[in-house]
Amino acid sequence: MRTNQMNKLSTWTRLTQSKYFVYVLISPLFLILLAYVIYPLYKTFMQSVVGENGFTMENYARFFNPESDANMEALFNSVYISIISVITCAVVGVTMAFLLERYDFPGRKILSILVLVPMALPPLIGSLSFTFLYGESGIFPRAFQALFKLDEVPFALSGIPGVIIVHTFTMYTYFYLTASAAIKDLDPSLEEAATSLGASRFRIWLKIILPMLTPAMVASSLLVFMISMASYTAPLMFGVERTMTMQIYLSRTNGNLDMAATQSTILSVVSILFLIIMRWYQNRRNYQNQSKGIGVHRTEVRSAFMKYFSMFLSMIGVIILMLPILVIALISFSVDGEWTVQIIPTTYTLQHYIDLFTDSETWRPIWNSIKMSTVAVIGNIIFGVAAAYAMVRLNFKGKTLMDILIMVPWALPGTVVAVNLIAAFSEPTAFSFNQVLIGTFWILPLAYFVRQLPLVFRSTSASLVQMDKSIEEAARSLGANWWYSFRKIILPITMSGILAGTLLAFVQGLGEFVASILIYSVSTMPMSVAIFQKMYAFQFGTACAYGVLQIVLIIIVLAVSRKLEGKLVNSPV
Amino acid sequence: MTLVHPVLHYCEVLFLKSVSLENVSKIFGNAVGVDGINIDIQSGEFFTFLGPSGCGKTTTLRMIAGFYYPTNGKIYFDHQDVTFLQPNKRNIGMVFQNYALFPHMTVFENIAFGLEVRKLSKSVIKEKVEKVQKLVHLDGYGSRKITELSGGQQQRVALARAIVIEPDILLLDEPLSNLDAKLREETRVEIKRLQVELGITTIYVTHDQHEAMAMSDRIMVMNKGKIQQIGTPQEIYNKPANPFVASFIGESNILEGKVKAVNGNDVEVELSDGILLHGNKMNAAPNTNFTLGKIIKLSIRPEIILEGDGPNKMTGEIQLVEFSGVSINYIVKVGPNEISLMIINKGSNILQRGENLTFHIPENGIYFLGEEW
Repeated sequence: MRTNQMNKLSTWTRLTQSKYFVYVLISPLFLILLAYVIYPLYKTFMQSVVGENGFTMENYARFFNPESDANMEALFNSVYISIISVITCAVVGVTMAFLLERYDFPGRKILSILVLVPMALPPLIGSLSFTFLYGESGIFPRAFQALFKLDEVPFALSGIPGVIIVHTFTMYTYFYLTASAAIKDLDPSLEEAATSLGASRFRIWLKIILPMLTPAMVASSLLVFMISMASYTAPLMFGVERTMTMQIYLSRTNGNLDMAATQSTILSVVSILFLIIMRWYQNRRNYQNQSKGIGVHRTEVRSAFMKYFSMFLSMIGVIILMLPILVIALISFSVDGEWTVQIIPTTYTLQHYIDLFTDSETWRPIWNSIKMSTVAVIGNIIFGVAAAYAMVRLNFKGKTLMDILIMVPWALPGTVVAVNLIAAFSEPTAFSFNQVLIGTFWILPLAYFVRQLPLVFRSTSASLVQMDKSIEEAARSLGANWWYSFRKIILPITMSGILAGTLLAFVQGLGEFVASILIYSVSTMPMSVAIFQKMYAFQFGTACAYGVLQIVLIIIVLAVSRKLEGKLVNSPV
Repeated sequence: MTLVHPVLHYCEVLFLKSVSLENVSKIFGNAVGVDGINIDIQSGEFFTFLGPSGCGKTTTLRMIAGFYYPTNGKIYFDHQDVTFLQPNKRNIGMVFQNYALFPHMTVFENIAFGLEVRKLSKSVIKEKVEKVQKLVHLDGYGSRKITELSGGQQQRVALARAIVIEPDILLLDEPLSNLDAKLREETRVEIKRLQVELGITTIYVTHDQHEAMAMSDRIMVMNKGKIQQIGTPQEIYNKPANPFVASFIGESNILEGKVKAVNGNDVEVELSDGILLHGNKMNAAPNTNFTLGKIIKLSIRPEIILEGDGPNKMTGEIQLVEFSGVSINYIVKVGPNEISLMIINKGSNILQRGENLTFHIPENGIYFLGEEW
């Protein structure tokens, strides 16, 4: 006799076996995305189209009005800066990648490590160091002035060229990383095969190497374009007011909220459009190298002259790469207010570093940033791990939508994120538990949470994808329920991925400036805003001491996450 | 030193279960993965699902494990309906194709996992793990990391982890496919030895017919989600139920002819080029239709064909000669058919391509196939 157990199954069991149950599981994730991504975007959009007398396109008409050309000029400048940045970053990044991956020359080793230094610079510190080095009262222009006894500084970085140079320095790494990965993946046997078929060196470049690199180049171009469009600190430091981000900031500080909303909406549309193009392109074209175990072969530089020449060039490269950090470190020891017309500061002190941790006034922004970043990161971990698990392991409709919604806040300029949050949470809403968040402690962690939404998600899903599905099934077959196998198997195995994303999110929170500047209040002032204010109060030393602290933290995090990623790669299966 | 054979300890505590599938189907979207299959697996049996990739064998195994729920039908362990029971409540041991060892745990921790889930005391766990380690020849490897093991050792950890929980049923999903040829042979013998000694109900999935033949009590041959035949290795080989089984298991010449005459058990079949063959009516798949004039399929194993004159004699030109050491394989063109035959190497001369070869087929070497279904 066979007993029919189906009738004995509890309601709960039957409920969880329904194919719609998965939507119950993922609904909290969509709710969070709705509350903190879609709703703020929607509120900003509504603010831009709803005037005193209901719906109006007046703001957009004003934006595109050819007579008051500030907005159009800003849009043009932003696009112009972005395009030039893409070109300069591509040239520098790809050249570096080819030199370092394909040639062996004296100084290659050190250069290949230092080439990533710009990644350790938070945007604000990067811009700051360039004004210290090459700005109107910067070290180099003054040194040349003194050297050649000129009346005025011979050159100075300012305006749009200044912005572009800072962009190039801070963003070429995106090209460098993708290009060198692509070059590493290029199987030498492909070139050998082409040679054996009679192709010339030039033809191989044209027909094999370049097409193989194209996907990486296009992806990096889109990325650099997006980041340049969102750039705020460089225009701020070099006084370029006519860019989209600066216009938004100015409209807000001038109290023209509707216009700020309009500008934000337009910039959002551009950013999201680029995000979608990027996704589409990456899905469409993906050259996968079939071969495994590729041997690197580098061409050795042989002639004596070329050896010395390349050594000389490497040294210049090392100096250029290190100078921004060195100058920040140097100035962090200078006495505040003493550095005026000299080439470099004349008096030095350790006081700023002592103050960082002992003076309550100086310590408070650090502590604020640590607190707010921690709160944001806890949110990022919970959301990121849950979303990664859902995306990788569950089957549901709307995966693409979820993926895009998670990426949107990353594509949006920080300025826009801030404007959106202000629009959404300057009044009580259900999503903020009927509280006004603007002006409170909570708005900043929320902004950090939103801006870092993809970080933990990405790193966790990367390690989840690597983990074989049958490992979880093995645990289940051995009698572990879902929660037990999640705790004992999935979490430990993906821990390095989770940790890498968490650390990155944490330091980004510590260095966040662009959104903070719009929404901080005096009692919640974060570190970056403090740096900015000290700068304007001529307290360069204190500002740079904060900067060094940020750089050190970032370098630690980068080193640790490298280790973690290494562990990830070495794990079996 | 203990004198008690570790295996005997297991036999005392194992509860063997039978497995039955009743009309089980699995549909993925629009694709039918498994199409209405019925199986009864006896307790203690070594039962193999054999078929080409995509035939539904792994899907069937995963439904038994509980990783998929059937679209239709029922699954029973003994008489208990487990169709929708969660995998962790089935008390099964499963060995995965890629072993699915927990990379962050040692050998000991891997094997102990299932026992810890069952909340056994530390000392009991230690005792059981050490016993099973001995059983799979991994004593002393407890503190090793998984990455420090060879493929064969990893495979044995996976096996140990599956049997240490004293499962009612052992499921093996192509466990040898990631091993090299020599290790595969060794491990195959080892798995069979364990299964015989433990007497555990075992379901084994493979696409390798040699593995299936060597290990199984019974084999289920699957194709396109359907059962082609269930039987002992001898039955499957000697009496294939249809052309698919005949050609999938071993090598076979499949010929087509018309039923010319039936006298008692003797069946006369005319091939398309007029050659007459005589076979035994009893040597046929169950549903074979011997109506006069009907087109019928015959299966002739290459090794059954003999050189020289005899019943069912044929002559043809040699198209291809292959010397394998043990045997000489010829492909001979006889009329429109190319017939492959295998002559055991006894040191005699090897004929060359283009020469004529005369051979004959003993009457019981012709097997009449039913229709493919």
